[in-house]
Amino acid sequence: MAEATLAGVTVERDDEGFFKNPDDWKEEMAPELAKEIGIDPLTEEHWKVIRFMREDYKVKGQVPSIRRMKNEGGISTKDLYNLFPKGPAKKAAYIAGLGKPHGCI
Amino acid sequence: MSSDRIEKVSIVISKGSLEGVYPGLIMANGARMEGIDVNLFFTFFGLDAVITKRMDKLKVATVGNPAMHIPTMVGGLPGMSAMATKMMMKEMDKLDIPPVSEFIEMIHDTGAGLYACKATVDMFHLKKEDFCEHMDDIITVGDFYEMSHGGQIIFT
Repeated sequence: MAEATLAGVTVERDDEGFFKNPDDWKEEMAPELAKEIGIDPLTEEHWKVIRFMREDYKVKGQVPSIRRMKNEGGISTKDLYNLFPKGPAKKAAYIAGLGKPHGCI
Repeated sequence: MSSDRIEKVSIVISKGSLEGVYPGLIMANGARMEGIDVNLFFTFFGLDAVITKRMDKLKVATVGNPAMHIPTMVGGLPGMSAMATKMMMKEMDKLDIPPVSEFIEMIHDTGAGLYACKATVDMFHLKKEDFCEHMDDIITVGDFYEMSHGGQIIFT
């Protein structure tokens, strides 16, 4: 998967579908990305996570860890696992148009 | 995702030093992040990781650990273990690795099961009240094997 058209815009993505350039991402693309990994519909709770990730990425330059989302973003680990089952950090980063998370925590 | 991926792991934590406990916790948390089912089983000195009064007081072993690269006699000086522990905790915090109590809570909240070994609990005369609230149950080794059915077992 090198290039894909999302919300009418062509974006570059890696082999697993993560965005190569997070700046390509627009909010309108999120529902389609979520559907690709089996999350439908995207609720306000999901959006809270996505927005925090986007904002934190802008400041820190890396995808926030689950611990950071809990302590800085006020998103409980339980909620995170319920919202994005089977791999919350990766799934949320996928929908938020960020690269694949590299941390171990 | 291929069907031959790991679906479930049971991780045994048997040591009570800081470096004995963290690898198992990191592996457990990392497995949940990948959508793998996890059971954590604490046995022998590994139980300290879920004992309320001890969990945040684990220390790095500075004696009998050649990989510390300090002479054994120096490692045995008063305060060495505390200093090494402090330094390691500081480095871990930079990587967003939480203190044990916070980590245990996080792992519990991911949906992993946390269990204490009955034989050790009896041997050390411990009670359910000695354990943190996130420890699910005290179980026998037989229960552990039953629970681990269909998954991999990792001993640390």
